[in-house]
Amino acid sequence: MSVRSASALPEAAAAPERAGGRRALAARRRRLMVNGLRLLVLVVWIGSWELTTRIGLVDKFFFGMPSGIVQRLWTWITEGTALGPLWEQVLVTMEETVLGFLVGSVLGIILGIALGRNRLLADVLSPYIKAANSIPRVVLGALFAISLGLDLKSKVATASILVFFVVFFNAFQGVREVDRNLVANARILGADGRRLTTEVIIPSALSWIAASLHISFGLALVGAVVGELFGATEGVGELIYNAKNNFDANGVFAGMALLAVVALVAESLITALESRLIKWRPNPVTDVAI
Amino acid sequence: MAPAIQLRRVTKRFLTPKGGVYTAIRDLSLQVAPGEFCALVGPTGSGKSTTLALISGLEPPSEGEVEVFGKPVTGVGHNIGYVFQADAVFPWKSVLDNVAAGPRYRGASKREARERAQDWISRVGLAGFEDRYPHQLSGGMRKRVALAQTLINSPEVLLMDEPFSALDVQTRTLMENELLQLWAASSASVVFVTHDLEEAIALADRVYVLTAGPATVKGNYAVDLPRPRNVAEIRFQPRFDEIYQEIWSDLRDEVLVSYERQKRIGAA
Repeated sequence: MSVRSASALPEAAAAPERAGGRRALAARRRRLMVNGLRLLVLVVWIGSWELTTRIGLVDKFFFGMPSGIVQRLWTWITEGTALGPLWEQVLVTMEETVLGFLVGSVLGIILGIALGRNRLLADVLSPYIKAANSIPRVVLGALFAISLGLDLKSKVATASILVFFVVFFNAFQGVREVDRNLVANARILGADGRRLTTEVIIPSALSWIAASLHISFGLALVGAVVGELFGATEGVGELIYNAKNNFDANGVFAGMALLAVVALVAESLITALESRLIKWRPNPVTDVAI
Repeated sequence: MAPAIQLRRVTKRFLTPKGGVYTAIRDLSLQVAPGEFCALVGPTGSGKSTTLALISGLEPPSEGEVEVFGKPVTGVGHNIGYVFQADAVFPWKSVLDNVAAGPRYRGASKREARERAQDWISRVGLAGFEDRYPHQLSGGMRKRVALAQTLINSPEVLLMDEPFSALDVQTRTLMENELLQLWAASSASVVFVTHDLEEAIALADRVYVLTAGPATVKGNYAVDLPRPRNVAEIRFQPRFDEIYQEIWSDLRDEVLVSYERQKRIGAA
């Protein structure tokens, strides 16, 4: 294995080093250019929005105005919202999202693995699961608002039902796609059925499950906000709903901006969780994601 | 004394996805003595891997009898080791935990399993790589992990399915020599599947030539080259050439049959 020759001459070694330095410089320049262009896009976008609404080309009553949105956010931060302090609204929505995400993904993982391991159960239940998956499940939020009330429970239920199906299908598929060689190897090495599940099936399905967690956290947020729109007393969704009722476009945009921040923070947390869960994998999917 | 492995008129059929029946092995009989190193050669798709699956107990035969140490095979036996053609080490386990997997599954404590794994890791020359994950290793190193993982269970029957076919020539020769040393220190009976006749002769005591599928035994040849052998040098012995000529005349016909068949499938 150690048949690599290591007798490179000094001058021969210096050339690739120079080339490497040039390449690093080019990479740095490219990064700078990309960041510069990103900034330009932002300035042009926000600037043209502000300009066109200011001169009246676009009606700021319907489309809001960047400076108005910032102002609204500032008022919310300094003076609180109509529903109470801003951080409380964000916290409520976060709580609903995280709980819905946990409940949905835990149920999805357990049922996905169970059905993936049990052929009969999968064959019996698959038409029902497919049917349940094909209906637009957000409308269940209305049902939950009636049956579970206007507090936390109905939002968690809406969020978890959205999360459940995504995680479930990924866990199920992950179990089905386990490398036959690995299973055969584990059996030869002496693994019984339980060991096979915990030592081969679950770790192997984890990369599928982890990939689905990115999407499903976003869906949990959708579920929580939609749940709030169907009826709530607090939360960012309720803030947006209130703003809409007052014909306050800036308020709607400000709520959206808050949700974007929450989603970005959550995304980075999930990425950290993913790289912990599957640290054995050479290239996490997040490396190629934009 | 009963032979280590005995296959009597074994047939194995598979259902194809289209609902047809594919016969991988027909009427195959072979016998491996305790401690014997036996090689199976045959053209690609001649049911060599299926034969191993039957001996290991991963697959039941459709007809005929498979016995290991005189007992019919009914499931995966505890005294079997199997090195797969493709990478079958667990990618989510470190080298140490991969090698320790066998003893763990067989009821050893975590500490004991790791101690024994440590020993085997040094024996296959991977000391210092205990904490690496398989994707951080070269193909040859992953094969060493697979070897240690298998041999740590001290199998009495060692099945190897073209274990070195994916390696480059130099690494391969190295691994073949190491395999012979490890085998000499054990008393395992080996069935080594390969499509490379040179590899088969260099390693084995006995070479079985299988026919183009459905596989049956075309002939078997004793390899009377002295041991210990150096795989890199034994190819230059005149006796090696004689044995090679003798077996090749048998194998060539089967390779041609298999090649013609593939051409026909390709043309159709």
